[in-house]
Amino acid sequence: MMEWLQPIQNLLGAAWLPLWTVVKIMLIVAPLMGAVAYLTLAERKVIGWMQIRIGPNRVGYFGLLQPIADGLKLFMKEIIVPSGSNKFLFVIAPIMVLMPALAAWAVVPFNAELVLSNANAGLLYILAMTSLGVYGVIIAGWASNSKYAFLGCLRSAAQIVSYEIAMGFALVTVLMAAQSLNLGEIVKGQHGSYGMLNWYIIPLFPMFIVYLISGVAETNRAPFDVAEGESEIVAGFHVEYSGMAFALFFLGEYANMILVAFLTSIMFLGGWLSPVPFLPDSIVWMFGKVAFVLFLFLWFRATFPRYRYDQLMRLGWKVFIPVSLIWVVVVGAWMQTPYWLW
Amino acid sequence: MSFFDVVFYLFATITVLAGVGVVVARNPVHAALFLVLAFCSAAGIWMLLEAEFLAITLILVYVGAVMVLFLFVVMMLDINLVKLREGFWRWFPFGALLAGLMVFEMIWVLGSRQTADVSKAIVHASDYSNTKELGRLIYTHYVYPFEIAAVILLVAMVAAIALTLRRRTGVKSQNVAEQVKARKADRLRIVSMKSEPKVNNK
Repeated sequence: MMEWLQPIQNLLGAAWLPLWTVVKIMLIVAPLMGAVAYLTLAERKVIGWMQIRIGPNRVGYFGLLQPIADGLKLFMKEIIVPSGSNKFLFVIAPIMVLMPALAAWAVVPFNAELVLSNANAGLLYILAMTSLGVYGVIIAGWASNSKYAFLGCLRSAAQIVSYEIAMGFALVTVLMAAQSLNLGEIVKGQHGSYGMLNWYIIPLFPMFIVYLISGVAETNRAPFDVAEGESEIVAGFHVEYSGMAFALFFLGEYANMILVAFLTSIMFLGGWLSPVPFLPDSIVWMFGKVAFVLFLFLWFRATFPRYRYDQLMRLGWKVFIPVSLIWVVVVGAWMQTPYWLW
Repeated sequence: MSFFDVVFYLFATITVLAGVGVVVARNPVHAALFLVLAFCSAAGIWMLLEAEFLAITLILVYVGAVMVLFLFVVMMLDINLVKLREGFWRWFPFGALLAGLMVFEMIWVLGSRQTADVSKAIVHASDYSNTKELGRLIYTHYVYPFEIAAVILLVAMVAAIALTLRRRTGVKSQNVAEQVKARKADRLRIVSMKSEPKVNNK
């Protein structure tokens, strides 16, 4: 399908591969940034409607230019570095949040052919990259030299380490069912003649719930947003940040949300596969599923009050980890019987 | 020098510099962050050797979990730097001896004829999965050593919890079962009352 690129490839010679890879990276990152911008608008609109408000509707028709106006405003603002803070760490912290959120996209498949790197250990790579995101939060909290930021970063570190375990076990059940760490193979493992009944959400339903809720906790979204906690520790770890540095934290948070939504649809909801046998598989299904999971994120935020910290720890350690451990054993035993149909 | 060599020397330099950083950094938080950098670049070197499972596990376990908890503790310590540096020269000969011993061991092992062949990397086909091969070996050939290691880890974990577990009295903690059991009727009483007579403020 890429025959028309052949003359350019011949012209560039050895420089072709790195250059083409950079172009592919841009083709992933640029729409992702656009999606992040419009996810913020979608969030304000959806939550507005849920609370019987209108939401932003002044800038552009239907408020459609609002994200651009917000971005421009943040570009214009001054970045203030607090006195007594560690300047180098203060500046790299927002980069450390955004970097793993973008790097994880390298192995995410969009459909059967469209993937930047079809790595065999894709699932492990995703786990490793998402576990790096916490460093940005910790460094930001510590380097700010502020007690509110520090409290936020301690909360976030404990929370992310706790929920990562349950998330990891949820993914272990997926890799047991798919017998592969390759994300493309995992989707292909859910292909069958019964449409959505072949998806892993059916045999792994408890793990789907565990993964979804842990995903909300990992991305520091409401009702697990104790790291920010505007009403108690005044925006937590990024309280000292302003302008574009502050905006980078938001970009990272929303990019992570979209990533978790993609992973949920790949692992449990059949990725690009069609939910009914008579319709063709297409990337449209992928985006539809991702949009649905993202809508759940916004819905949670509009519905639930923030968790108290001890309840949050209890849910992670005393509910999710035992449930996921048991389900690993259940799936293992189930797969040895003839009743495993996936 | 091939691209492979360039990448290797890049990662190796970063690893060594980060290791030096861990030792010389004045601030313990900076030292911990240098250690994170050292782990990341070591993972890069393992990746070059096509040991992708070990490389990613190094990032996942050491960088993603262990070092986060390290930082967590180190950031909360109230460290007096002057006091920390007090005994430096007294312990220096001991440290130098240990370092010299380790360098000697490494030269001995890496320079010997038996291990010399290892330096030639084995190139595998593109469908070779390091993770699958490791899993197959661990659960067939090495299944008993693997299970014994797992049991030892479990014992260590139970012991660590048992050592730090203590019953404390007078702690204000929530009884979750009681909280969940609470019903509207237990907490709320709706009374119907007549409206109060108008208060005259004049």
